[in-house]
Amino acid sequence: MINIPSTVRISFRALRVNKMRSALTMLGIIIGVGAVITMLAVGTGARQRIGEQIASIGSNLIMVVPGSTTAGGVRMGAGTQPTMTLGDAEAIQKECPSVLYVAPVLSGVAQVVYGNQNWSTGITGTTMNMLYVRDWPLSAGRLFTEEEVRSAAKVCLLGQTVVDNLFGGINPVGQIIRIKKIPFTVVGILEAKGQDPGGHDQDDTIYVPVTTAQKQLFGTQFPGMIRTIMVKAKSTEDLAAAERQINELLRQRHHIGQKQDDDFTVRNLTQMMQAAEQSTKVMTLLLGAIASVSLLVGGIGIMNIMLVSVTERTREIGIRMAVGAKTWDIRLQFIIEAIILSMIGGVAGIVIGIAGSKILSMLFGWSTIVSPLSILLAFGFSGIVGIFFGFYPAYKASLLDPIDALRYE
Amino acid sequence: MALLEAQEITKTYRLGDIALNALNNVSLVIEKGEFIAIMGPSGSGKSTFMNILGCLDKPTSGRYMLEGVDVANMNRDELATIRNKKIGFVFQGFNLLSRTSAIENVELPMLYDGFSVKERRQKAAAALKTVGLEGWENHHPNQLSGGQQQRVAIARALVNNAPIILADEPTGNLDTKTSAEIMELFVKLNTVSNITVILVTHEPNIAAYSRRTIKFLDGRIISDEKKIA
Repeated sequence: MINIPSTVRISFRALRVNKMRSALTMLGIIIGVGAVITMLAVGTGARQRIGEQIASIGSNLIMVVPGSTTAGGVRMGAGTQPTMTLGDAEAIQKECPSVLYVAPVLSGVAQVVYGNQNWSTGITGTTMNMLYVRDWPLSAGRLFTEEEVRSAAKVCLLGQTVVDNLFGGINPVGQIIRIKKIPFTVVGILEAKGQDPGGHDQDDTIYVPVTTAQKQLFGTQFPGMIRTIMVKAKSTEDLAAAERQINELLRQRHHIGQKQDDDFTVRNLTQMMQAAEQSTKVMTLLLGAIASVSLLVGGIGIMNIMLVSVTERTREIGIRMAVGAKTWDIRLQFIIEAIILSMIGGVAGIVIGIAGSKILSMLFGWSTIVSPLSILLAFGFSGIVGIFFGFYPAYKASLLDPIDALRYE
Repeated sequence: MALLEAQEITKTYRLGDIALNALNNVSLVIEKGEFIAIMGPSGSGKSTFMNILGCLDKPTSGRYMLEGVDVANMNRDELATIRNKKIGFVFQGFNLLSRTSAIENVELPMLYDGFSVKERRQKAAAALKTVGLEGWENHHPNQLSGGQQQRVAIARALVNNAPIILADEPTGNLDTKTSAEIMELFVKLNTVSNITVILVTHEPNIAAYSRRTIKFLDGRIISDEKKIA
């Protein structure tokens, strides 16, 4: 018959006798658990952030960019060949069944002036479809109309960063700003989106009708030329099909023969982002695994101290055996002692871990998330460490010969 | 039925190739209520015999019956239970747990016997009263004199109502006056409570308190004398 409450009391007393030693032994577990909690918090935070950024660029996105030119055997970068036109964008919208929205993009950088304020920002010429492709709502005003796109009206939508820099508290809707000295009427404000996964401020932008961009702002010698086509597939399952359909259609439209290279590139943005998320997941696991090593080392520390304790208390073990302690009475006493050490260490480690993640997010601005699961996991692990590393010393204690143990000096 | 009955007990220690007979065909019958002193020079086998009587050790051959039950072939845990219920130990060096109060030392055997906290306290307090340590319950061993420590050890031996007390040189670390007090306590427990007391000593004046003296030499009993009261 094993008396657990009394055994727990005895264990606490034994641990109190060597306060410094117990505290140092716990320190191993405290650091281990603290490290696991902090690392998982950093990883989880990073993952959540990437997830939010993926959502912010829009879902099921495909980007079509022009291909590279080859000049005298030297291959130039992507986009050096001005091959894509508004017609391509319209054809994709009409002929690719897996595509939901298509938005042409012709962009550049320009100086923008309002009153006595000025700001340099990216100007994107596009259609109203852009906001559907990017899942980007307006916070005020309205979209371009089809008529405005067709007639190359001088209207624009402002990102929040541009609003903040040009308009100090004034409602921008209806105001006139000058882009490259050409007056544009502000018709709407884009809702703030924050950074994209590359760390670029998505709100530092102005949208104008694509036709206006072509004729007034970034005119080239190629009529109808655009830089990029943004495409939103109908669903995640349709992404691959949409990619294939766009490929076939553009090869056909650009008269590319069987053996010729594409003069455009289709990029699946969502897939790229998901790969980034996957790598963060792996990193979280890796960080957690490295941190667990310190937990393991802490466990070995417990085993070491328990072995010392068993040797020191050989006589006590002998006395207990003489008055009737059975094998498991002795074992449990030492196992419970080890569990108490590791559990107290575990609780302290959880506190330290939470504090550590808070400090990290304060110092480096990392978003850290301490999930309840990681706390439960760390606490459970510290208990298991106690049982696992306490067992061998306890086993050794229980095998002592009572006569030898009583005589031990 | 005899309380204890040792039948042709032999204990052999092996030291490399040499076999050493610590006990050689020892047979002995002890009845309930006896007060026995076991004497002999060191190496005579008396301590080995006591360890076997106390179920701390097993004989190499022979039978050892405790209240009619053969304990020679019991396993560790079964022997632990016998020690817990039937035998109280008193040692030369007291063997109390340090940093543990007197009453908690006395409670120790009950810890392994499923008593409630309240029962343990009551019985331990009663045992301390029996040995004359009322009021000393919360003192730690290092706050007690040698005689008092040995009384705590005796209280611990008594607390589970064990019918047998085995005392190994119980007065070895005590002065003459205190030794006499401890021996009188044993006599009282033997006569008043009818507890069987078996003690090992090499001092004749301590052995004189007993009613039966058994002498060991070279692993054998060489004399077994009963005092005629």
